[in-house]
Amino acid sequence: MLTLRQLVIENTRFNLNSTVFRFNNATSFPLNMDISNQSNDTLVAINQLTFYRGDRLIFDNISLQFQRGKITAIMGPSGTGKTTLLKLIGGQLSPKQGSVVVDGHNVHQIERTQLYQLRKKMGMLFQSGALLTDMSVYDNVAFPLREHTHLSESMIRSLVLMKLQAVGLRGARDLMPSELSGGMARRVALARAIVLDPMMIMYDEPFTGQDPISLGVLLHLIKSLNTTLGLTSIIVSHDVRETSAIADYIYIIDNGKIIDHGTPTQIQQSESEWVQQFINGDMDGPVHFHYPAPDYVDDLLSYAT
Amino acid sequence: MLQFFQNLGHSTLARFNKLGRASFFLIHALSGFPKVAVRPRLLINQLYSVGVLSFFITTISGLFVGMVLSFQGFHILADFGAEETLGVMVAASLVRELGPVMCALLFAGRAGSALTAEIGLMKATEQLSGMEMMAIDPIHRIIAPRYLAGIIAMPILAILFSCIGVLGGHLVGVSLLGVDNGSFWGQMQAKLDFWDDIFNGVIKSIVFGCAVTWIALFEGYDTLPTSEGVSRATTRTVVNSAFAILGLDFILTTLMFGDH
Repeated sequence: MLTLRQLVIENTRFNLNSTVFRFNNATSFPLNMDISNQSNDTLVAINQLTFYRGDRLIFDNISLQFQRGKITAIMGPSGTGKTTLLKLIGGQLSPKQGSVVVDGHNVHQIERTQLYQLRKKMGMLFQSGALLTDMSVYDNVAFPLREHTHLSESMIRSLVLMKLQAVGLRGARDLMPSELSGGMARRVALARAIVLDPMMIMYDEPFTGQDPISLGVLLHLIKSLNTTLGLTSIIVSHDVRETSAIADYIYIIDNGKIIDHGTPTQIQQSESEWVQQFINGDMDGPVHFHYPAPDYVDDLLSYAT
Repeated sequence: MLQFFQNLGHSTLARFNKLGRASFFLIHALSGFPKVAVRPRLLINQLYSVGVLSFFITTISGLFVGMVLSFQGFHILADFGAEETLGVMVAASLVRELGPVMCALLFAGRAGSALTAEIGLMKATEQLSGMEMMAIDPIHRIIAPRYLAGIIAMPILAILFSCIGVLGGHLVGVSLLGVDNGSFWGQMQAKLDFWDDIFNGVIKSIVFGCAVTWIALFEGYDTLPTSEGVSRATTRTVVNSAFAILGLDFILTTLMFGDH
């Protein structure tokens, strides 16, 4: 006859083991079967979207589709509005024209309460991590559970520890955000983003400023979470090599337009000079090294005359 | 000349636009009060940071204001042989005007600026956006408890300011300058009216608390998410709060004591 304490221990051990199982045995996880069945479904559809920030045109009649269970990357130079696109998908910004449909819901036409319900199924990893600075790692991950569920504290503890175990930071649960490195902060934010078991996660520049080890860990986590949990992932990044390694499909945007899109292989073989310059990091090409300026010699001599 | 009027019109429209946003912000924050009521822990934490942490500067300032008021008042009243009324003068000045106004100015400098900086930095570090994406309304979860805490803390601090100020006045007037102790307290008891003086002073401090905390929270929420933006918002909180306190004090004083 098991005592209550033994039951809790057994249950927790089972949950933790199953978490490890899910991350180490991706192919055995039942959700994978669903992913293959749903691979043609579109979870997020952006249709003929036009967006202005003030008087500046950010997106000019663009259309994108994000498939269920896939990792889709949005790439482009800094300042092209990649993060803005994520905020449009999350309903934090509204377009001038066009629509954003997530899981069958037009995010800019549904009621506020419906939008909040939809957001519970959308995780987002911000560039800075956006951890609440007055809470410990544990409380940060527990935060969405405490706000949205009526689970007991022991259940919350088990869930939080499972998610922290998944990102390798169970031992850091008592640290404050100020005590974490950039890579650790993003892993905690990732644990928080998946704590409600969302259907999709949006990553905003997840690799920026990471050392090689943290970068490798993040790459592994994004890929394995996508596979094992059956998530749909949208990655906004300008890190070509890293993103191409895990993405199933890539959109490249610049100046408010989609320049090219396709699988990583198709993008590598793109005939667009602009795309080739972007993915190879060439110094000169369609995007000039020099900002438009008068003739160099004339400019130097103009002061003397 | 045309440019001047264009700029004037643009600036006026921008101010009305901001006032409109601030009004919607206020209504949204007020609608979050019922949620704060069912989670008192959020309110208690904010009462500590807004109220308890402002206690020291408030009471020390109250003590010195009361002492100076007593010292200055004594020399004026002595010319008319009315030193016994020192207690009334000190207490009436404090509970009617100086307590609520000085305390509100201190509150704006201490708690208001801290609130603006905190909310502004939360915005700059995407914590507020992060909450929105977690389907948590940041105005209900972050702003509403702080606003309620400001409204509750301000009158308590003003009462403490006035009480400590009266004690400071007693210290100087009775202990140092030799005013009769019985006259000091007796005159005060006889002349001060609870509703006209003390209650009206509390009403003033509640209004100031509403105004200062609203300004501080809105400036933080509306700030540009940069270090310079947060810095400017913090300055605006202190300056706008001072204007609001002085303007509201004039209006309230006219309404409360205008027919006396």
